[in-house]
Amino acid sequence: MTGEVDTISEETRLLIRVRDGRDRQAFAALFAHYAPRLKAMLRRGGMGEAQAEEVVQEAMLAVWHKATQFDPTRASASAWIYRIARNRQIDIFRREGRPVPDELTESPPPEPDAADALALDQETRRLRAALEALPPAQREMVERAYLGELSHSEIAAATGLPLGTIKSRIRLALERLRHELKDLRQP
Amino acid sequence: MTPAMTHHITHHLPEPMLADYAAGRLGHAFSVAVAAHVSLCDECRARLAAHEAAGGAVLETLPPEPVSDDLMARVMARLDDPAAAPPEPPAPSGIFPGPVMAALKGRPPRWRSLGMGIRQSLLHAGKDGSLRLLYIPPGRAVPDHGHEGRELTLVLQGAFHDETGHFGVGDIEVADASLEHTPVADEGTPCICLAATDAPLRFRALVPRLLQPIFRI
Repeated sequence: MTGEVDTISEETRLLIRVRDGRDRQAFAALFAHYAPRLKAMLRRGGMGEAQAEEVVQEAMLAVWHKATQFDPTRASASAWIYRIARNRQIDIFRREGRPVPDELTESPPPEPDAADALALDQETRRLRAALEALPPAQREMVERAYLGELSHSEIAAATGLPLGTIKSRIRLALERLRHELKDLRQP
Repeated sequence: MTPAMTHHITHHLPEPMLADYAAGRLGHAFSVAVAAHVSLCDECRARLAAHEAAGGAVLETLPPEPVSDDLMARVMARLDDPAAAPPEPPAPSGIFPGPVMAALKGRPPRWRSLGMGIRQSLLHAGKDGSLRLLYIPPGRAVPDHGHEGRELTLVLQGAFHDETGHFGVGDIEVADASLEHTPVADEGTPCICLAATDAPLRFRALVPRLLQPIFRI
């Protein structure tokens, strides 16, 4: 591990420990951090107390079992766990299950590029800062979109898409990711 | 290897649809079409990842809601239980990405003739829309049809063109209710598409409207 890796977020480092070492202590720390936030997300989506905890349980078990697929150069812990939880939630509640894109055939390298992981992590932190810097009304709209309470077209109808800063951050992240994926495709 | 690597994709998913997929707000038929396109398209994969990054940022900033005292212990106790692992999604096969294989339940398509050499295999029909595979012989036109809602058409084999452009493997056409289009398959290979609607289809020419409930299209 280089010095740079030490500066990526605590949560991403915990998830790497779960992935590489089946580290229960690291998993417990991730649970302590994310379970109450996932519960809040599900409750905001209109789910009852008991049901929300049921889904939190299943989502965290999926985090444990799917951790081998986690690649810190393509997602931060928060983005990856958001996706895993969403997939598990829909799997549980829809008869047909959640359709998910095929994984890229390249498995994550055992020693992920520390600089790439750090760059993604910094981008994630800037994205979060941009979200927190939004005027309260706009921030609420963005939150409601990603919590699944409103569709993006409903938001556009209500406010004319107040995504400004967030959108430019997403575009930056997109540029970077697209570049990464292109590199992955090179033989 | 996935088919995507050898194809140049020029028709992509609109941003709001990727965001709605990330947030779990799309119906089943559209979700399959989005997941299938992302399986083939690096650009949309990256854009989806960016929306998930935004979702993760929202998750991170939510005021936490305390969970039951024993919830962590209950999860820790199940870590070694293989039955607690979520099921693995189906692998891609031939021209079909994994999400389409899932919709096919791992079986080959069951084609039914719509006449004129055109065939369909219905994968899902519900209140939230329909999902089917379409087989169009080379050079043949799918009859002019409009739709109540939106329609996504993803090319899996061959190519087609209509009033709006040319669509090859991996390309996805997003049509809204106002578009009355007549897709025509390119010469050469039969065109196989995944078509998803968020409302029942209404055909103009091929099948009389009264028969639609029987054909379930």
